[in-house]
Amino acid sequence: MKQNDLILQTVTKVAAFVILLFAVAIFLGGHYSPGGGFVGGLMTSAAIVLLLLAFDIKTVTGILPIDYKLMIGSGLLISSLTVAGGLAFGVPLMTHVYHYVDLPLLGHISLHTAVLFDLGVYLVVVGVTMTIIQTIGESE
Amino acid sequence: MSLLHWAVLSPFLLAIIVPILYKLFRQIHTGWFVLILPILLFTYFSRFISLTKQGDIIMESATWIPSLGIHVDFYIDGLGLLFALLITGIGSLVVLYSIFYLSKEKEKLNQFYVFLLLFMGAMLGVVLSDNLIVLYSFWEFTSLSSFLLIGYWNERERSRYGAQKSLLITVLGGLSLLGGIILLSIMGNTFSIRELIAQSGELMDHSLFIPALLLVLLGAFTKSAQFPFHIWLPDAMEAPTPVSAYLHSATMVKAGIYLVARLSPVFAESGLWFWLVSIAGLITLFWGSFSAIKQTDLKGILAFSTISQLGLIMSLLGLGAAALHYESFGENIYLAATVAAVFHLINHATFKGSLFMVAGIIDHETGTRDIRKLGGLMQVMPITFTVAVIGAFSMAGLPPFNGFLSKEMFLASMVNVLELNIFNMETWGVLFPVAAWVASVFTFIYSMIVVLKPFTGKLQLQLLDKRPHEAPVGMLISPIILASLVIVFGIFPNLLSSRIIEPAVASIQPSLAGPDFQVHIAFWHGFKPEVWMTVGIIAFGILLYKTLPKWQKITRWIPERISLNALYDNGVRGLDRSASSVMKFLMTGYIRTYLLSIFLFFILSLGFTLYWKDAFKLDTGNFARIGLYELILAAIIVIGSIAILFARSRLTSIIILGAVGYTISLFFVLLRAPDLALTQLVIETISVSLFLLCFFHLPLMASRKEERMTFKLNNALISIGVGVIVTLIALSAHSNKLFDSISNYYLENAYKEAGGKNVVNVILVDFRGLDTMFEITVLSIAALGIFAMIKLRLTGRKDKS
Repeated sequence: MKQNDLILQTVTKVAAFVILLFAVAIFLGGHYSPGGGFVGGLMTSAAIVLLLLAFDIKTVTGILPIDYKLMIGSGLLISSLTVAGGLAFGVPLMTHVYHYVDLPLLGHISLHTAVLFDLGVYLVVVGVTMTIIQTIGESE
Repeated sequence: MSLLHWAVLSPFLLAIIVPILYKLFRQIHTGWFVLILPILLFTYFSRFISLTKQGDIIMESATWIPSLGIHVDFYIDGLGLLFALLITGIGSLVVLYSIFYLSKEKEKLNQFYVFLLLFMGAMLGVVLSDNLIVLYSFWEFTSLSSFLLIGYWNERERSRYGAQKSLLITVLGGLSLLGGIILLSIMGNTFSIRELIAQSGELMDHSLFIPALLLVLLGAFTKSAQFPFHIWLPDAMEAPTPVSAYLHSATMVKAGIYLVARLSPVFAESGLWFWLVSIAGLITLFWGSFSAIKQTDLKGILAFSTISQLGLIMSLLGLGAAALHYESFGENIYLAATVAAVFHLINHATFKGSLFMVAGIIDHETGTRDIRKLGGLMQVMPITFTVAVIGAFSMAGLPPFNGFLSKEMFLASMVNVLELNIFNMETWGVLFPVAAWVASVFTFIYSMIVVLKPFTGKLQLQLLDKRPHEAPVGMLISPIILASLVIVFGIFPNLLSSRIIEPAVASIQPSLAGPDFQVHIAFWHGFKPEVWMTVGIIAFGILLYKTLPKWQKITRWIPERISLNALYDNGVRGLDRSASSVMKFLMTGYIRTYLLSIFLFFILSLGFTLYWKDAFKLDTGNFARIGLYELILAAIIVIGSIAILFARSRLTSIIILGAVGYTISLFFVLLRAPDLALTQLVIETISVSLFLLCFFHLPLMASRKEERMTFKLNNALISIGVGVIVTLIALSAHSNKLFDSISNYYLENAYKEAGGKNVVNVILVDFRGLDTMFEITVLSIAALGIFAMIKLRLTGRKDKS
């Protein structure tokens, strides 16, 4: 798609960053407040889709040279490793471990293996949506 | 996990490494790496001989799915050990042989050895597992790996045909075996073979006993190529010769024999078992030996001879089972049949293995296996000839080879049937020794064909592709070892009897073979009927072989088109045709047709269920109050949905659809479900842009430019029907609550158990994390599918232009 929309492009430059940051925030906060890997991933892809709409596919792949198929694979790998990880310690599949720590600046936060699983979900969701959109968008 | 578990697992582990070794060491034949494993396993298993000799049973357990009673329990008793030794022993020789048979330059060795190792591991699993479900898994694994091995030269049409045929037939049997296993577990409330054997007396009276027996036998018969399921075995000869020697004579086809032997204690008290097993075995014995004579392909003869020998072993097992059923008759006589079965099992593995390897050498050195072209190879291949003579004479049942001994025992058992004078045995029982004798005459004839046709007569060089010469030393080692075993077991049969045969027989018939049970195989046992039968076999055999050309036409009296093969071919073709006609009817290529059938099915099945279960009771007492906001949102959704119908362009309708979706997410906000609202909002955004992208690229319909759809009553009725049904289900689900809501459990435990305050997310990543895992897997597959579809279509288009 070749477009030339100055207002959209200018706004996008700022908005995409805000959306990305918001996506990361709701991804990380997922276990305690609304959010999580699925929504975070969708939000991230929404930001990239916005970029795609404002600029064309070539420009966006120039900015974000990511192979989304690889992203799907790595996401699946991370998730399945987290799922299987319990086996190494002799506990059932999908057993999560969590621990609370107090860090300067960040305060009371939780370290949770669930976030690793969620990271896999996040990567798969971004990878899947972007693979689909990119392949359909590119096929002309 | 014990050492035994690792032993069964080791071929699978090596199979993972083999492709890497293949890539790393291209100049070394991959077979050398593989060869180490079966040799190690063979030495490992032979350590157990002294234990099973004393009647010990080695049992190793590991849990797999304990809640369903499925454990990976492996155990070694006489029978299991015998098979394990055959699998690893013959396996070593076959791998050694294959190193010289398969060229490392031309063949895909990595694939070959991966398949072979998968097969070896699966086979070990079959013969060593105690749990029937585990046994079944390995059983199907042998079918799959043999499919891959038969189709190894997959560029050949015959290979693919043979592979498909064997898979269709053996998997059909496998499914029936699964049915039998499930029935057995229902009756005995366990999957363990040993526990089933312990309660065999009670199982007899159960109403499911006969169906279970039939299903299990169907599985065993298809695997062991019993009549009429034998038709896959000749076509399986398209596999490379080492595979034929291994799978189709020594191991896989004996899995059915193993199963019959293993489950004999469970079923043998039933008369039906005895009748079915022994008669199926006899028919197979006869038909296999009869069909072998008309073959012209050397491996074809051997294939049919394997079929007939499998029938022989099967019939002996059947007769052995008679000992349990007809208790009052001299038990030792029938125990002798089982002894003969076990002994012949070993002998068959040795002589048939060596004969297959000889066939492979002939094929390798002359370029053909057609006995009409071969002849006079004796002068150029003296060692191969010697091996062939030993193998074939043993197969024919001539002294002093091991085949002679087991054949005598077989004939003796068949004669003994006459003493079983119950039912119509006195009249019909005569057929047993008669059929056995006739089949043995045919066996003699085809054994002679195998050895005399290629090796004697005139050498016709002009018919051969290559100039024949003796095979390389490496290729001769394995057949020579097997041929020496044939002689050793023939002259010193009692080497085996107390170490291998007694424990194996004791595990087939635990109730009969007591502690003082002993096997002594004598070379000469007086002028009994079986000796005269053998003399007759040799005399008639020589006579018929001399006059072969005169009567061979009779063997072809059944025309090809009414044979079992034709039946199979027509069946497969009919299946293809009916499948494609159903496809043509359902798969019209219009999404509208698919949706119509899906929705129609939806309405009918769910409407019927609602009516049938009388689920229309509506309980309005529990409804939430409808406020102003909800009314407004509902109005927007309704108006939007109607507007879509009247939209004039695609873009408009997509945007209105998006608006409806956003409104729904506002509903979630009102109902205080922020997670859902968030997800719905983002999904809506992305799907609208995706739709826009798609439709942007769609060609404009040239003839009727974005024309409005005409009203169709059918479609309207179906869409209204779907709406009504969904509403009814929602109302009915709300009004009829059978169980308490599960949400309280999650609310209470989310923080306690999983340390998270957002219940939705905790469910997604923790409580039901596996669901999420599979969902993202499905998503990934979908994305890659779309990618592949579109990219492939693009390259296809490029090729055309």
